Amino acid sequence: MAQVAPRPVFEPWNEPAAKPLIQFQNVTKRFGEFTAIDNLSLDIYEREFFALLGPSGCGKTTMMRMLGGFETPTEGKILLGGQDIAPVPPNKRPVNMMFQSYALFPHLTVYDNIAFGLKRSDMPKSEIAGRVEEMLKLTRLGKFAGRKPHQISGGQRQRVALARALAKAPKLLLLDEPLGALDKKLRTETQFELMDIQERTGTTFVIVTHDQEEAMTVASRIAVMNDGLLVQVDTPGRIYETPNSTYVADFIGDVNIIEGTAQPAGEGAYTVAWAEGQPALSVQSATELGAGDRCFFAIRPEKVAISAEKPADRPNAVQGKILDIAYLGNISTYHVELPGGVIIKAQTANDRRISRRSFTWEDSVWLSWTATAGVLLAN
Amino acid sequence: MRRFTLIAVPYLWLLALFLVPFGIVFKISLSDAALAIPPYTPTLDLSEGWAGIKALFAELDFDNFVWLTQDDLYWRAYLSSLQIALFSTLGCLLVGFPIAYGMANASESWRPTLMMLVILPFWTSFLIRVYAWIGILSTEGLLNQFLMTIGIISEPLQILNTNKAVYIGIIYTYLPFMILPIYASLERIDGSLLEAAEDLGCSRLQAFWLITVPLARPGVIAGSFLVFIPTIGEFVIPSLLGGSRTLMIGKVLWEEFFSNRDWPVASAVAVVLLLILVIPIVLFQRNEQKQREAEQ
Repeated sequence: MAQVAPRPVFEPWNEPAAKPLIQFQNVTKRFGEFTAIDNLSLDIYEREFFALLGPSGCGKTTMMRMLGGFETPTEGKILLGGQDIAPVPPNKRPVNMMFQSYALFPHLTVYDNIAFGLKRSDMPKSEIAGRVEEMLKLTRLGKFAGRKPHQISGGQRQRVALARALAKAPKLLLLDEPLGALDKKLRTETQFELMDIQERTGTTFVIVTHDQEEAMTVASRIAVMNDGLLVQVDTPGRIYETPNSTYVADFIGDVNIIEGTAQPAGEGAYTVAWAEGQPALSVQSATELGAGDRCFFAIRPEKVAISAEKPADRPNAVQGKILDIAYLGNISTYHVELPGGVIIKAQTANDRRISRRSFTWEDSVWLSWTATAGVLLAN
Repeated sequence: MRRFTLIAVPYLWLLALFLVPFGIVFKISLSDAALAIPPYTPTLDLSEGWAGIKALFAELDFDNFVWLTQDDLYWRAYLSSLQIALFSTLGCLLVGFPIAYGMANASESWRPTLMMLVILPFWTSFLIRVYAWIGILSTEGLLNQFLMTIGIISEPLQILNTNKAVYIGIIYTYLPFMILPIYASLERIDGSLLEAAEDLGCSRLQAFWLITVPLARPGVIAGSFLVFIPTIGEFVIPSLLGGSRTLMIGKVLWEEFFSNRDWPVASAVAVVLLLILVIPIVLFQRNEQKQREAEQ
């Protein structure tokens, strides 16, 4: 993510002067009766690694195909560098796409696959070889230049597809589920490789994925989509920490959601009545709520502490019984049943060996969290 | 042992239905014509035992093959057959490729119907279909009547009993053999390949030449051989639709055998024809093999 290096933070979306590279302006796309994209507006900036995230059928692939030129918006405009690209056919757009199936040409070698786009461009013949070599080096494919796609592994094919799409140095690179066909380990490695290549080439990447972990890892900003609408567009950190709806909270990562009634208690503070016989929760939240409004309190399992005694210093504490323990090696998730039947998940890092774990099934424990650990959501 | 039995079945099949008949034909081609039953000498007389077999081999010779080189009828017939086969194959390709392309690009729900239409002619006897063309192509036939009615021609065209009719008949008959393999290879092309080609700067036409055509090549080669190989020896179509000047080796063979009753020369013609066909058959097999390897 962008926060790694000690350089100015890359956040063009917060700079009013920054000109977006891509602008979706009230774009609607219908296929017959079905509305795939519903009056959607979105700005994507240069050098961004932008992720379109959502379940299948949410319209994310349609968005990408409209950028690539394979679909045209039914209504609204898409601007690229300030120009409407609706009339520009795919072969004339400074946009390249990496297909989900990779779409490598089976009758051409790795070298010719990468050179394919360059040969169609006005690049002089003498420079093509150099550019292809450069791409082969970038993707560490030098040894396989002479092979056909069916003679290399899945991971190598993925890199050929990337090299081919990057060869023409597009302004915008579209990646359609680029890592979907790789196994988990290779996928994680490749995610870092993608980020590295994105940073080195300075190309704007738009990635489509249904894998929230992948989006969190690679993207500078994520657009969470559902049913043709943008639910939230923000940085991975803010999407995770301050989701704007239970949909986003639930889609990204693991979450406990408690339904209750809000009662304002000072500047940005609320108390939430949520169950008979349980103390009201005290929450700090930016969400504006009126007295007696129905609301949802969302808190991540890792923000819930678990202890044997009631902690004195935490404003929110509830007692319950351990129902289940999911041991994942590095962390454990405890499913704790509260007296009313509500189940809260609490996560702790296993920084001790398993034999010294302090809680087991049926133990009575206290769950506690601070006032700022969770967020209040209106819907 | 089980493996041996498994392998033995196709080999026995080959032996009984190809090698033994070929051996008999080859033996006849080395014999001399005679007014007898069967119409050639020598015949094998096993009652004389070993001496009979020796006598048989002593009388065999290659005279008939020499004869084939001396009379220019034969090599002209071979060449003309090759030429007709070649042009018919090209004709099938020109007509068949667009049909196969259209089928492969038709919507999923239409494809089985289109496939059915291509195969449908096989449900009727081949002979009847060729006869039907006589009715279409003759001077009083449907085609001439139609063209004269709409006023394109005033005199009927002489198509029947010329090489034109032979080409029409062959292309019509063998078209499915060209369409089906091309369709099979076109249908397998992933649509995203063409999108990728466009994305990388190709126009639609360029994408067709650079992606579709090379990927359809195995189907084109397979279809071409499936048309070319049987066409060389084609006999029914030239004898029904062709004229006296249509020269094809299948017709020559038939005439040697049935009109001339010269079994040995007819057999020699058949043996040479087979040798000529071995080359394209081997090439065809190699193409199939290469395609199978590419798919793995």
